Amino acid sequence: MSGRRIFARPARFAAIAPYLWMVLFFLVPFAFVLKISLSQTAIAQPPYEPVFDLTAGWEALKAAFGALSLDNFRLLGSDDIYVFAYVRSLTVAVTATALLLVIGYPIAYGMARLPRRWQAVAMVLVIVPFWTSFLIRIYAWINILQHDGLLNQTLLALHLVSQPVVWLSTDTAMYIGIVYSYLPFMILPLYATLAKMEPVLEEAASDLGAPPWQVFWLVTFPLSLPGVGAGVLLCFIPIVGEFVIPDLLAGSNALMIGQTLWLEFFTNKDWPVASAAAIVLLVVLLVPLLLYERLQKRQLEQGR
Amino acid sequence: MTDELPRTDVAADAAGADTHPAAGQPLLRIEGVAKTFGMFRAVDGVSLDIKAGEFFALLGPSGCGKTTLLRMLAGFEAPDEGRILLGGEDIAQALPHQRPINMMFQNYALFPHLSVRDNIAFGLKRAGMARADIATRVSEMVALVKLEGLEKRKPDQLSGGQRQRVALARALARRPQLLLLDEPLAALDKKLREDTQGELMELQRRLGMTFIIVTHDQEEAMTMASRIGVMKAGQLVQVASPRELYEAPRSRWIAEFVGDINLFEGESRLRDGHRLVIGTRDAGTLVVAEPREPVGAGKFAVAIRPEKVKLSRRGPVSEAGHETALNRLDGVIADICYLGGTTTYRVKLDTGGMMQASVANSARLDVDAYSLNQHVVAWFTPDDCVVLPS
Repeated sequence: MSGRRIFARPARFAAIAPYLWMVLFFLVPFAFVLKISLSQTAIAQPPYEPVFDLTAGWEALKAAFGALSLDNFRLLGSDDIYVFAYVRSLTVAVTATALLLVIGYPIAYGMARLPRRWQAVAMVLVIVPFWTSFLIRIYAWINILQHDGLLNQTLLALHLVSQPVVWLSTDTAMYIGIVYSYLPFMILPLYATLAKMEPVLEEAASDLGAPPWQVFWLVTFPLSLPGVGAGVLLCFIPIVGEFVIPDLLAGSNALMIGQTLWLEFFTNKDWPVASAAAIVLLVVLLVPLLLYERLQKRQLEQGR
Repeated sequence: MTDELPRTDVAADAAGADTHPAAGQPLLRIEGVAKTFGMFRAVDGVSLDIKAGEFFALLGPSGCGKTTLLRMLAGFEAPDEGRILLGGEDIAQALPHQRPINMMFQNYALFPHLSVRDNIAFGLKRAGMARADIATRVSEMVALVKLEGLEKRKPDQLSGGQRQRVALARALARRPQLLLLDEPLAALDKKLREDTQGELMELQRRLGMTFIIVTHDQEEAMTMASRIGVMKAGQLVQVASPRELYEAPRSRWIAEFVGDINLFEGESRLRDGHRLVIGTRDAGTLVVAEPREPVGAGKFAVAIRPEKVKLSRRGPVSEAGHETALNRLDGVIADICYLGGTTTYRVKLDTGGMMQASVANSARLDVDAYSLNQHVVAWFTPDDCVVLPS
């Protein structure tokens, strides 16, 4: 009995801890952002109104609530800038995620089939770039991609091009940066599922008459889908909101939603519109998440 | 994907699956096959012929190379030396998917994302069979292994015995010329294993297929196989029928590996017609039948199976005494192990050695049973002894 009492409390705390985390670090900030998105911009500190003042009494609070409106969301829908930014963000994220999957899958597969002790080495090699600051690594890419950078020098030396190629401030540079930065997030979940898979299943498929490409397509790939799902989400969601990489490597003619947010917040000081843009982004990102969750639930119901 | 090799004729009827060429020629011929992993010679010059319709068992302790040999037959490993001829054609370097051979894997290796039906149909679809034919064949297979009603289940919704049946149906569905079974019953509990042994034999007879089973369980090999190949350290040390393997093992190691045995080392003293007199250290002088292959003088081990040793209170009555020079050894019961059908007694011989005797419990009441420390005579005929090079 006494043993049970000792363990009951921490256990109960462990059960509510994730919810507590959600409320403190997600729901409360979300409520702030939601409220700001319904406010109007003002030249003041903070730069929006109305401001809820709990000391001002019930009537003032009611008036403040009455002053909230959906105007900012209407603005987002009516101004092309925002629509374009959303579309571009989604396009970039889809393209980059597809590239990541195509590049990351063979690497993860190769890692999973290495002898065990080499797998640990390969894992460290994948993670090692994280030990350097992300910003420094992106600046290094600027160095590599610039007019007289390493890439152009190499290409010229090999006589593959006769003129230096313009890399910087192009979408190519941005994709290089994104794929480079997010590759570990694609490789690690893929590697985890592929390493768990029994190689004997591939042997069984080949024994039953499947040539190598069918073995991959009918057995290996379907069984790695949980890893594919995790890797895709882990890359897709942050790429949609990516700000630093497009800002440093891509041109400035087409902005992603992350850059637009930045502009609204810091250049235009329009917190309400920025907040509204952030809320819409969140809703857009919830769609793939919910899809993934439904897929997982269906797999569980089928007995995986 | 072109296959230069004969494929499983999935349309052929199993009953008439006499696909092996000219009679007399073995279905499978293994010629001097060897495989080395690094410094380890896993399979060391194995040669073996297997006829169509045989139920052959590869028996050996773990690490003896039997699984490597099986994997070379399936195509998962390529032999470093030698040839593997199937119906006269060398398949040693052919890829697994090009061979008309299927395998039932040790832990079944069922595809977890596919239903029972799709698991069984997997090989048929790869062979390009028509949809309607696939459906017919799958339901045939499901009926064969008695899995009706479970077609839509996924492997992890099945019991161990049911999974074993799916694996078998999947491997049989393509009607391979040769079915390889890698420890097919190892994951089942004893009772189920015994039932399944019978079913496998029945199935093999009915389909007229050639089975090669790999097992470390000598009882399993003896029960099911018509011929057994014993492997030790990468080499095939004896190929024989179960009875021959048990009653006439070629070496001391085989005698000890297959079943229980009493071994007494000694030297040949003299020859008396068809009898050999051998002086042993632990069991005195023993008279044994001369082995089929004549042996010279030197050191030998005399081997007697425990069930060949009879026990009695006073020694055999002399009515059996004509012509047979019986071996009689006095001793006391040192240990009794009751096993239900039989009782194994360990007798401490007056000459110093220990002798195991297995006695059938033919009566329900234990009037015939011996008790601990009771004085007994252990006796056996010269013909029940096997002389093995020491």
